[in-house]
Amino acid sequence: MTIEELDQIAASVRTEREQYDHEINVCLGTGCLSQHSDRVKEALAQAVEASGKKVYVRRTGCMGLCAAGPLVLVDPESTLYQHVHASHAETIAASLGGAPVAELQCDLRDHFDQQVHVVLENSGRIDPERVEDYIANDGYRALLTALNDMTPQGVIRQITESGLRGRGGGGYPTGLKWGTVAKAKGDVKYVICNGDEGDPGAFMDRSVLESDPHRVLEGMAIAAYAVGASKGYIYVRAEYPLAVSRLTACLRDARRHGLLGNGIGNTPFNFDVEIRLGAGAFVCGEETALIASIEGRRGTPKPRPPYPAVSGLWGKPTLINNVETLANIAPIIRKGGRWFAGMGSERSKGTKVFALTGKIANTGLVEVPMGIKLREIIEGIGGGVPGGHKFKAVQTGGPSGGCLPESMLDIGVSYDALLSVGSIMGSGGMIVMDDTSCMVNVARFFIEFCMTESCGKCIPCRAGTAQMFTLLTRICTGKGTMDDLALLEDLCSTVKEASLCGLGQTAPNPVLSTLKYFRHEYIEHIEHKRCPAGVCQMEAAEEVHA
Amino acid sequence: MSKLSLATVWLDGCSGCHMSFLDMDERLLELAEAVDVVYSPLVDAKDYPDQVDIALVEGAVASVDDEKKIAKIRAHTKTLVAMGDCAITGNVPSMRNPIGPQAILERAYIENVTAQPQIPCVVVPRLLKVVRPIHEYVKVDVYLPGCPPSADTFYAAIKALIKGEPLDIAALTRFGA
Amino acid sequence: MSPVETDVKTLVIDGKEVSAHAGQTILEVARENEIAIPTLCQLDGLSNVGACRLCLIEIKGSNKLLPACVTAVQEGMEVVTSSERLLKHRRTILELLFAERNHICSVCVSNGRCELQSMGQQLGLTHIRLPYRNPDLKVDASHERFTVDHNRCILCMRCVRACAEIEGAHVWDTMGRGINTIVITDLHEEWGESSCTRCGKCVQVCPTGALFEKNKIGADHPKSPDFLPYLNMMREAQ
Repeated sequence: MTIEELDQIAASVRTEREQYDHEINVCLGTGCLSQHSDRVKEALAQAVEASGKKVYVRRTGCMGLCAAGPLVLVDPESTLYQHVHASHAETIAASLGGAPVAELQCDLRDHFDQQVHVVLENSGRIDPERVEDYIANDGYRALLTALNDMTPQGVIRQITESGLRGRGGGGYPTGLKWGTVAKAKGDVKYVICNGDEGDPGAFMDRSVLESDPHRVLEGMAIAAYAVGASKGYIYVRAEYPLAVSRLTACLRDARRHGLLGNGIGNTPFNFDVEIRLGAGAFVCGEETALIASIEGRRGTPKPRPPYPAVSGLWGKPTLINNVETLANIAPIIRKGGRWFAGMGSERSKGTKVFALTGKIANTGLVEVPMGIKLREIIEGIGGGVPGGHKFKAVQTGGPSGGCLPESMLDIGVSYDALLSVGSIMGSGGMIVMDDTSCMVNVARFFIEFCMTESCGKCIPCRAGTAQMFTLLTRICTGKGTMDDLALLEDLCSTVKEASLCGLGQTAPNPVLSTLKYFRHEYIEHIEHKRCPAGVCQMEAAEEVHA
Repeated sequence: MSKLSLATVWLDGCSGCHMSFLDMDERLLELAEAVDVVYSPLVDAKDYPDQVDIALVEGAVASVDDEKKIAKIRAHTKTLVAMGDCAITGNVPSMRNPIGPQAILERAYIENVTAQPQIPCVVVPRLLKVVRPIHEYVKVDVYLPGCPPSADTFYAAIKALIKGEPLDIAALTRFGA
Repeated sequence: MSPVETDVKTLVIDGKEVSAHAGQTILEVARENEIAIPTLCQLDGLSNVGACRLCLIEIKGSNKLLPACVTAVQEGMEVVTSSERLLKHRRTILELLFAERNHICSVCVSNGRCELQSMGQQLGLTHIRLPYRNPDLKVDASHERFTVDHNRCILCMRCVRACAEIEGAHVWDTMGRGINTIVITDLHEEWGESSCTRCGKCVQVCPTGALFEKNKIGADHPKSPDFLPYLNMMREAQ
């Protein structure tokens, strides 16, 4: 495969498209599929055929606005329909060429206009399983450019210049990581794509893998070229069956087109990718645990150093990047590191995908430039808290993150800003809570999550999270004392400072941040045996054997 | 100097701590010059006095009675000493915690009894679901671990308490000692 | 034994200037210089896993605490092995262990010879502030010579490592995760039914009364895990 051949494929896709007067894109992401968007697509295909109009009905990945699914986008008019049912197919087909179907129309210009799509540029626009669609949207151009016109060092230079930082949550500079692996000595090197997304309320990586899998494969191949790896693994949760099946199909297509395998792009570069399924252990998102899991061992983390960059998979230098990080690579190579660095804030460049969930009108996936205010995401793009309720807190970064109150909504979203107020960027989960949420109960929920997901290797995390859960349960059931609260805070510091890996080190964050911003709710539970949000059931203190 | 008042209390324990206390032998006479034993299973007093300077509490909190007693003791005591492992960790009485009181009662009063097997319901206080150390109920001032703490430990600890001197307990004793 | 390195590093541990070979861990160097750092999962002769977190130390200029057993010395490093912050964490870790399972010292076969018990005393633990968890755990006495009492296990994984790394049998492993983790023999077979080679190394390395020889308690049951480095040395000499 050469760039010219890519051009030919792109041209033939365009010619093919020109035959049609309209294109109907139907979201077949997990969210819309759960509302039977597959039936919608089938019905639309039948309806347009019956109508005799020249229309192409395309399966696409996620369009972002999951709350309004199933979503259907009609081009070239860019008409977005929401909550489409199979029974609407004929009406939609009939409207083509005329006025849109008003009652189905989704009019959320603000929601989309404030977003900047880099990672999601193809999501909801291409058929994820058609490599030709991806190629027609500049797909694999970056890989072939890198292989033919750039040195590995040149690639790393672009990534470094872009200022891209790890999107899995750590925020480690990607260029620096690549440089370390490139410099590491080893006969064999590996590239691993971390798709073990496990935060409650997070579905960024799943969506990218479902909607634009080739983008991730291209990113991996470029990374492999840059660091000198010849083998890659995608570690993805078995709970993401759609992502796995699409990835499997795309791997086959990429190999068939000579975009993976031996002699990629008619150069001496060899690279192939294997999928490894995770069994759903949250801790396997931690890189050393993930490596252990790929090796077929129990998924437990190891102390670092040595870092995987030096001694990773099977003791070889290994580059591990998150799905979203890798999804940023192709556009950076295509448009240059400087272009990417032009977006975002001082120390957090580019864009970030967030999964908006909880008490928010526009549940779904959004991509925004770094530095944007939390308020703009929640009240603007997200449409605010529905049902006349009052905003109370936003939880960012999943179980490792914190809960931020209304007064913090004007901070810009960046790694450092979120860290400074007691939360983290994390992988991009954003759970909005209103006045019906009890913050003590929320902290208890996240600690319970960490307790059940702790691998059990180190004592502070294994036993510490369990004790924190016990103490929080006491408080939530009206049995807690101020001594329990002091003990809880004491445990937070030991679990945070003494745990072996990131899971334990960040597990107390939801407790610490709710204690910082919502301490009065804890006090209310303890001193007045009352849950201000009316969530917690207070029990009688007696524990007598009947 | 007027004598200090000393109480010893027996909650859910085996009385081994009290035995070890008595093992101080002739040193008891020396201590008796500085303290009066005002309440104890070893003396005749029926009610816990209003003001006690030092109380040594043996045993864990296992029944509703224990729960009431420990609250009363705390309210009327200056220095509360958790004496021995049962008071401090729950120790042997707490071994029933994983299986619950019902299994224990049935084993003791039904399975192993030939004449009139029945679980007592009068006089015997109701058991708590879980046996806990006393510091889970009240504030404890001094911990003297050991099963039982040795007579030497008692002697050193009580002398230090009488004189108000600092005490390095970990140097004297440990859990299970 | 690692080959003698010529690269010598000098560093400061607790205000004392010491020298070390490159590649040595802080724990090794501290011990050579008679500076005690508490450990539970670490055992000479086994691989280091950095799991118990008792050997955490401070390094000047860094806010992060590092496990001495796996952290290599570096030139000019200033190490603090004992501070209020470290002591607080070490005590809390021991409290977490004591409250995690049913460590009833008074009726334990290892009473008086238990590393957890003596570590508690060393660090001045007189009571456990945390609520006891009282889990319902089993005792497996199916083996003709040994018994495993999960109530006393602290999951240091010494048995797992000794069995895999020294005996080469890998009978011991772990099952479950988090607070529900337990050590198992084979694929959770009873110990007596497992492929155990009956070598008894696991019993010798167990720091508590979790693994013990039948019919032996307390003073009759001294454990001597110090044979491991010797065994390794003799094997390498062959």
